[in-house]
Amino acid sequence: MTLKAQSAELTTTTTSTEHAKSSVRLSYRHAFMLVLKRDLTIAMRHKDDIINPLLFFVIVITLFPLGIGPEAQTLSRIAPGIIWVAALLATLLSLDRLFKSDHQDGSLEQMLLSPHPIFLLVLAKILAHWIITGLPLILIAPLLAVLLHLNEQSYTALLLTLLLGTPVLSLLGAIGVALTVGIKKGGVLLSLLVLPLYIPVLIFATSAIDTAALGLPYSGQLAIIAALFFGSLSLAPFAVGAALKVSTN
Amino acid sequence: MKTLPKQSLPPLISANNLTCIREERLLFDELSIEIHAGDIVQVEGPNGSGKTSLLRILSGLSQPYDGQVLYKAQAVNQCREEFQQNLLYFGHLSGVKGEMTAEENLAFNLALHGNDASKTSEYLANVNLLGFEDSLASHLSAGQHRRIALARLYQSDAPVWILDEPFTAIDKQGVASLEQLFIDHASRGGCVILTTHQDLISIKPEQVKKITLDYNSDCAFD
Repeated sequence: MTLKAQSAELTTTTTSTEHAKSSVRLSYRHAFMLVLKRDLTIAMRHKDDIINPLLFFVIVITLFPLGIGPEAQTLSRIAPGIIWVAALLATLLSLDRLFKSDHQDGSLEQMLLSPHPIFLLVLAKILAHWIITGLPLILIAPLLAVLLHLNEQSYTALLLTLLLGTPVLSLLGAIGVALTVGIKKGGVLLSLLVLPLYIPVLIFATSAIDTAALGLPYSGQLAIIAALFFGSLSLAPFAVGAALKVSTN
Repeated sequence: MKTLPKQSLPPLISANNLTCIREERLLFDELSIEIHAGDIVQVEGPNGSGKTSLLRILSGLSQPYDGQVLYKAQAVNQCREEFQQNLLYFGHLSGVKGEMTAEENLAFNLALHGNDASKTSEYLANVNLLGFEDSLASHLSAGQHRRIALARLYQSDAPVWILDEPFTAIDKQGVASLEQLFIDHASRGGCVILTTHQDLISIKPEQVKKITLDYNSDCAFD
């Protein structure tokens, strides 16, 4: 503090007012929006990031009826599983990008050294990742469900499970990426780390959709997915922050 | 190792008995340094002698094998937030995003560190990038990338500057104006810790303190 006072004395009045102005912008919301906006801007200029996972999702789901045959009953039986497995793999494919480019060009170091708490910046990056990959999947899923003759009663359940489940995929995946970001070929390791964590989401989501098809209440499964969501929302950013510090050490 | 003249203020940054081991090789051992306000410190040594490792440890990015780093006589781990508000670290990698324009990159970097990001074109003019504000960084050269990142120095109010090879890919004129900036910063009560293989031109030798790292002999600090 004494040093700052000294330096302000030494500089002219104009610069000292500049200094006072420059250090006010430290609010959490500001930092969060800053990183979110930046990541979305980059994604919009680098459209591969949005198109690739979406295209993968669409291709996998449209190939299944071709491979299995157009029989409506079989397709509607396996539709929830196919949609969810495809969503899961599409997310896994897109995860790598979450921190890799920032790590390669040094902006990750700058984020770690910024005065803002790292969990906040990480949360903004994860939200951006979900908006780029999770949200398009949710929007296109009903259309693809039609191709698979998904039971009419299951549409709400499908959308609700995707809405609660895909953020969990982004949050848990971020931990794996943060741990492997310093490794040159961490792709296989990432899948091994992350896939076991994804399995509960997959089980409860498909179970909810199946239960809905029978016309039974599925709020139990939804509640568990919601619990997974809030649990990972509150804990994952801290784990990611710690993992990033280890990876850049 | 010579001891520095005692000053009334605690040293801005000091390190106690730092030991760094990389790839099972001892880079430096029992390295103790004190850096006061107004110091310009040049870390010297051949490639692979641990200059970058030392700077990363001082900035808190890496943890030393042994020893600790103090900021104003307080362990850095205990006052991380305050330390990071007062630190500007510039690494090997410039942290510039190819998908964003020069101006957006600078504005983000400034805002991320809590600096005023409203007059970016003025700061870009300081590093001779006037006219490139709206060019995507991926269309610019390596030197221009470094300049975008270095433009932050002109607006930073952080007293501690840790700069790893700031002159890489910068032309002679740019180096001269950066050196002048370092002198101004030191005279305002900040400190500059940098590594470079070039000789400093406008900074007089008596103004520069040198830390020499050499894994064959003991580390020297004068």
